[in-house]
Amino acid sequence: MRRNGYRPDALIETLHTAQEAFGYLDDETLLFVSHALRVAPSQVYGVATFYHFFNLKPQGEHVCSVCLGTACYIKKAQKLLDFIEETYGVVPGNTTEDRKLSVLTVRCVGACGLAPAAVVDGEVVGNATVDSLRERLEGVLGK
Amino acid sequence: MTTIYEELQEQANAELQKRHTHCVRVCMAAGCLSHHGDTIKKALEAEIEAQGCQDDVTIKGVGCMGLCAAGPLVSVEPEGILYEKVTVEDAADIVKSVGNKPLKRLQCATNVPFFKRQVKIVLENSGVVDPESLEDYILAGGYAALDKALTDMSPAEVIDEVVISGLRGRGGGGYPTGLKWSTVAKAISDTKYVICNADEGDPGAFMDRSVLESDPHRVIEGMAIAAYAVGAEQAYVYLRAEYPLAIQRLKMAIRQAKRSGLLGDNILGSGVNFNVDIRLGAGAFVCGEETALMASIEGKRGMPRPRPPYPADHGLWGEPTLINNVETFANVAPIIRNGGAWYAGIGTKESKGTKVFALAGQIKNTGLIEVPMGISLNEIVNEIGGGTPDGSQIKAIQTGGPSGGCIPNQYIETPVDYESLSELGSIMGSGGMIVMDSSSSMVEVARYFMEFCKTESCGKCIPCRVGTAQMYNLLDKIATGKATSADLELLEQLCDLVKNTSLCGLGQSAPNPVLSTLRYFREEYLTKIVDATDKQSGS
Amino acid sequence: MARRSRIKTLKIDGRDVGAHEDQTILQLARENNITIPTLCHIEGLSVPGACRLCLVEVKGWRKLVPACATYADEGMEVFTDSERLRSYRRMILELLFSEGNHVCAVCVSNGHCELQSLAQHLGMDHVRYPNLQPVRLVDMTHSRFTLDRNRCILCLRCVRVCDEIEGAHTWDVKGRGVDARVISDLDTPWGESPTCTTCGKCVNVCPVGALVEKGRAVGEMVKRQEFLPYLSSMREVKR
Ligand SMILES: Cc1cc2nc3c(=O)[nH]c(=O)nc-3n(C[C@H](O)[C@H](O)[C@H](O)COP(=O)(O)O)c2cc1C
Ligand code: SF4
Ligand code: SF4
Ligand code: FES
Ligand code: FES
Repeated sequence: MRRNGYRPDALIETLHTAQEAFGYLDDETLLFVSHALRVAPSQVYGVATFYHFFNLKPQGEHVCSVCLGTACYIKKAQKLLDFIEETYGVVPGNTTEDRKLSVLTVRCVGACGLAPAAVVDGEVVGNATVDSLRERLEGVLGK
Repeated sequence: MTTIYEELQEQANAELQKRHTHCVRVCMAAGCLSHHGDTIKKALEAEIEAQGCQDDVTIKGVGCMGLCAAGPLVSVEPEGILYEKVTVEDAADIVKSVGNKPLKRLQCATNVPFFKRQVKIVLENSGVVDPESLEDYILAGGYAALDKALTDMSPAEVIDEVVISGLRGRGGGGYPTGLKWSTVAKAISDTKYVICNADEGDPGAFMDRSVLESDPHRVIEGMAIAAYAVGAEQAYVYLRAEYPLAIQRLKMAIRQAKRSGLLGDNILGSGVNFNVDIRLGAGAFVCGEETALMASIEGKRGMPRPRPPYPADHGLWGEPTLINNVETFANVAPIIRNGGAWYAGIGTKESKGTKVFALAGQIKNTGLIEVPMGISLNEIVNEIGGGTPDGSQIKAIQTGGPSGGCIPNQYIETPVDYESLSELGSIMGSGGMIVMDSSSSMVEVARYFMEFCKTESCGKCIPCRVGTAQMYNLLDKIATGKATSADLELLEQLCDLVKNTSLCGLGQSAPNPVLSTLRYFREEYLTKIVDATDKQSGS
Repeated sequence: MARRSRIKTLKIDGRDVGAHEDQTILQLARENNITIPTLCHIEGLSVPGACRLCLVEVKGWRKLVPACATYADEGMEVFTDSERLRSYRRMILELLFSEGNHVCAVCVSNGHCELQSLAQHLGMDHVRYPNLQPVRLVDMTHSRFTLDRNRCILCLRCVRVCDEIEGAHTWDVKGRGVDARVISDLDTPWGESPTCTTCGKCVNVCPVGALVEKGRAVGEMVKRQEFLPYLSSMREVKR
């Protein structure tokens, strides 16, 4: 935050930094940012909820994002989501009860050439199939 | 006396002297990285060590080579042999083959239309230079255009070249770039800004990402030339947070350029100051709209405001601001280097130069291509793209993402230029091109895009906020076979309302996918409507 | 030095009118007793151009323009009341009604509601779109006022007056699209707000029965907006 020079227009940068450090943005963090940058709490909250990139809830240990961009949609990415829901019992935007896995949908990760794509803990799974995704998920979750 | 630029060239040449007879290039762009391009690079390095040919062969990580579908890609230079679907196990054989016979089993033919039909300007360095090396870029002629502009040309002359080139904005709108530059140049103010729009919101397009990942210095050079032309000293790149690799490479490029005096105070000893900073987007399509983008840079909710006033007059923090797309800036250096007339010689009368497209969907050669304007859709998808994977017929081609439309196969001979595509009810867009075959239902495609617009609507103006939600519900009703013809009529009225009354481009273009599928595939809608046979009793 | 404002001459609905160069079409129309419907606009606050009810046609222009945010210019020919515009306005109101829960018969603002009277003026008597039935919460925690988000039309007058005039910035909006909601502070109860000064300005600018005073019976809530032009002229309001 010091690096951002306490300027009110650094709000989004600051939220990025905070999310990187804490994984998500809780009320305490938001209030702290509000005081430090001298931006009204409601404005901080408004900005944090406007952008899909910011999480106000803690994420699971592992994160799997399934791309629902056009290319992946056309290549039936929905099947991947169905598989995840069947196997792990979570729908996009949620985390399994044991807090091990969060499932998200994203709009294009820029790997359309390899559609359908999913991202597991920051690594792209290109040309994903139910099998290759299962393999990767079991890899990180430990089956 | 040698100029600073000449010194940089000398350093780069000294670097070249250290280079070896052969160079093995490994694609390190996101597509191939996801197939472990990085471990392949490591394996090749280890193999070179093991076979003791460090003195003859270098390994270089490069940006996107284009044919993402066949990744990971490796090429051997100077022979220009391309290997596809390389695995770690192939490393030994590849290193052995260098300087000898090419490895037949991995070789990918390069004399095919996919490579031969392309004309590379924006992507000339992609897959060739190491995106993490400034020297490599300079060896490829980089920053010569900036040096030329700063030393030999006045700002007005720079703008003239861009006007002559006929370059139009590649962000979707197609506004003449030279005209935009001269408007900002005319604005009177002590402070002006340049913004590079790298938000790439079209979900199904990755041209800008690839340019930034493969050749970041080219974008910086383009912005520097633009800033000199319009009289700005500060630029921002508004970049999606979803592109970590692009962020990392651009940051590195900015650092290198600063260290070498290409950014900062008194760049290249010209007395001109110029700085670039990155601002991260945070997942909002509407922030690609220029007024929303500026609100976002100012740290606010990314909500558009009415235009006029236009950014050229009242932009970032109220100052005159030039805003262009990544690909637009990437075209600038070659235009200055080779002259506007050279650029204007490519393409059609109204649409000059080349355009980068991201080919995806039901098509064999998915990946990134650059073609001259005016080429037909058929040449792109069937010759370059190789048609559908199973050889079945193409049903429609979607361009322009959620703001564009679906062009049916019967118009496949249409030349690709701004005007022809909008006549067909689609738009050039930023370059996403998605091929669909008969497995795609057009109603579902329309519903898909409407869902996108609904979730991406900023919520400021009523027609877009509520209209997209209502249109989505109607499309869902139609897709699930519950709608009546009265619903279809409501849908068409709403399309008209939202298109004509929404505040910003997102709402104004949200109905386009519906309108274009209704125009060409109306029967698909009608077959799903319960009372389609006797429309009169629809009430 | 006395500055002379240049005068522009133009036509609104066929009538010749003269305008100062810093006058919007809306201001000019009102000066000439021509009614253009508005919802988000309120004199004295910044202009978001959000509700799109004030859209007008200008001869030779491809797009409709918001009268509240478009300046009068020499030779313009403006049309404010074509059949096309009226139909768009009715549809916009229908969309608003379909988005929230507007049961006027039980509303304290019944009879003093800008949305209700616009619907009457424009002849919008039924809503063809199914109600979106959103989940919208009511906040009754404040000692003097209530916020019923079901009646909110997201005109953002409350947000603007609180920020631009009162300087408290208690209100903002969370989420986006149809999920956008007016919130106080960190979406925390209004009654516990450390920033709210209980000045009541937001209540008075709210065009509908979303922000009201407690203890009013149906039809009793009349809003007072006289303070705005006076207060805003004391402050430099950013356009
Ligand atoms: C909803 C919406 C989304 C947009 N998204 C982008 C985008 O992702 N990238 C982009 O360069 N331009 C985008 N644009 C276009 C920009 O507003 C702007 O016209 C463009 O950046 C100007 O640059 P150009 O003249 O070089 O094309 C978008 C426009 C709208 C209305
Ligand atoms: S058209 Fe949609 S995105 Fe644009 S201002 Fe209106 S609500 Fe926001
Ligand atoms: S509460 Fe009232 S003033 Fe505030 S946004 Fe809603 S309708 Fe407008
Ligand atoms: S659409 Fe999925 S990566 Fe682009
Ligand atoms: S009054 Fe002009 S847009 Fe709302």
